Amino acid sequence: MPRNRSNRVLPGFGLTLGFTLFYTSLLVLIPLAGLFYLTSGMGWETFVKKAITDPRVIAAYKLSFGASFIAAVINAFFGFILAWVLVRYRFFGKRVIDALVDIPFALPTAVSGIALTTLYAHTGWVGQLLDPFGIKISYTQTGITLALVLIGLPFVVRTVQPAIEDLEAELEEAASSLGASRWQTFTKVILPSILPSVLSGFTLAFARAVGEFGSVYFIAGNMPFKTEIAPLLIIIKLEQYDYQGAAAIGAVMLIASFLFLLIINLLQAWSRRGAVK
Amino acid sequence: MAGTVTRNLSGARPASRRSITEPAPVRWLLIGLSLIFIGLVLILPLVLVFTYAFQQGLDVYFASFTERDAARAINLTLTTAAIAVPLNVLFGVSAAWAITKFQFRGKNILITLIDLPFAVSPVIAGLIFVVLFGARGIFGPWLIENDIRIIFNTPGIVLATIFVTFPFVARELIPLMQAQGNEEELSAITLGASGWKTFWRVTLPNIKWGLLYGVILCNARAMGEFGAVSVVSGHIRGKTNTMPLHIEILYNDYQFTAAFAVASLLAFLAIITLILKAVIEWRTSKDIIENPES
Repeated sequence: MPRNRSNRVLPGFGLTLGFTLFYTSLLVLIPLAGLFYLTSGMGWETFVKKAITDPRVIAAYKLSFGASFIAAVINAFFGFILAWVLVRYRFFGKRVIDALVDIPFALPTAVSGIALTTLYAHTGWVGQLLDPFGIKISYTQTGITLALVLIGLPFVVRTVQPAIEDLEAELEEAASSLGASRWQTFTKVILPSILPSVLSGFTLAFARAVGEFGSVYFIAGNMPFKTEIAPLLIIIKLEQYDYQGAAAIGAVMLIASFLFLLIINLLQAWSRRGAVK
Repeated sequence: MAGTVTRNLSGARPASRRSITEPAPVRWLLIGLSLIFIGLVLILPLVLVFTYAFQQGLDVYFASFTERDAARAINLTLTTAAIAVPLNVLFGVSAAWAITKFQFRGKNILITLIDLPFAVSPVIAGLIFVVLFGARGIFGPWLIENDIRIIFNTPGIVLATIFVTFPFVARELIPLMQAQGNEEELSAITLGASGWKTFWRVTLPNIKWGLLYGVILCNARAMGEFGAVSVVSGHIRGKTNTMPLHIEILYNDYQFTAAFAVASLLAFLAIITLILKAVIEWRTSKDIIENPES
């Protein structure tokens, strides 16, 4: 009711919507359309050759999606534990840890990139402890995954935290008074109700990792076929003035982003439905 | 069965509390795992930035900023943020007003579009502007004819920065204004206040903390963006290098102390951003406790 009334009473509809549409079109829609315009102009065969069948491009996709997937799995696991610990337990320094989880949102990727690389290089604080065991992190695919873990962590924690807060203690009490062990309560009662949020967080972290550049660029070593991620390949193509090659890979990654966005929306609708129940 | 129930009834409090938590060893294991994980991934890198930045003393630290190229990079970063942030604030407030105060068709599509830059890789954010305005881009020949440089120049950096920070303010305000509803604005208008007056006196005080948080996040990202800016900048030393790009150059030149010194400035900015966030969250929860109806 008030919504309908406000449509007539509150001023500024034309002005604000007009400006919003103008600004969005100018800065988001038209530039994105330009990418598809260039891609569609090159013809299907060129597109396939530049964006799909080139072995160097395939290696980059495999690395980008593979490392991002592993990083998102690690984040789903540790992010869940971290969210659980932050909501349920009390310990010294908890509020500081809670605030630190947001660091990757606020810290520029170039900064986290050079810091991680230095830390995990074979002479670095952590790297030199691992080096005797033959474990190398910086300039390997492991390093890439590590950088993507850092970038994705807050997405999982911040999605799962509210879901754990919303859990009804009565359900857990009921389960335990009916004779369920704590582990049974966890797998049968707790996990099903927060699973949608864990999956949402996982997908958000995955999507973010696939497009990440700054933090990976430093730690990757950037060897073709080995440690060269897809976003870097776009930059390399641009530096060679191969706009078509860059745009073709860009279009593939953009379509992947749209798919992620769709999946995330579906997952969030699912977790909202779970919350209402 | 009956036995369980009676036992729980007899010792209701402690039993129920124990039943919804884990045994102490499990708790300590989970807390330990969390701390080790966050230590390795977040805390150590942050500590390392400051340790390396100050390792050669304060003189070297401060010299890293006053050096000509560094000073210019800082200048360009501040200029870029000074253009991108106000524009995105204007857009964010305007989009939030249109979306939360009115009903119109295609609203959900508009909300998705506003979120879109978050889903797009920063490299693609740079790429789309090169495709439009680069030397071999769609408008490239026309721009060259008219001697206008966008790519490898400040306008390109500003455009790419606006794109990646586009959703921050709108995203912060839309849920907030949706939750607050329209009643207060409607009363103000009914009592004869103008639209502007309603906005300044009624809406703005209600959304000020959310708006401030959006601005802070938008600013942190604008100053720290690397991928998108890297694509459009061309890395011209002292001319089109922002702070993150300057860090890259120093780092690749093995000037680690200088690289981490400049990085420490951005890390300070990130920490201040997080502290302000905590303060704002605290203020908002205080507001809710003091005026529960708003």
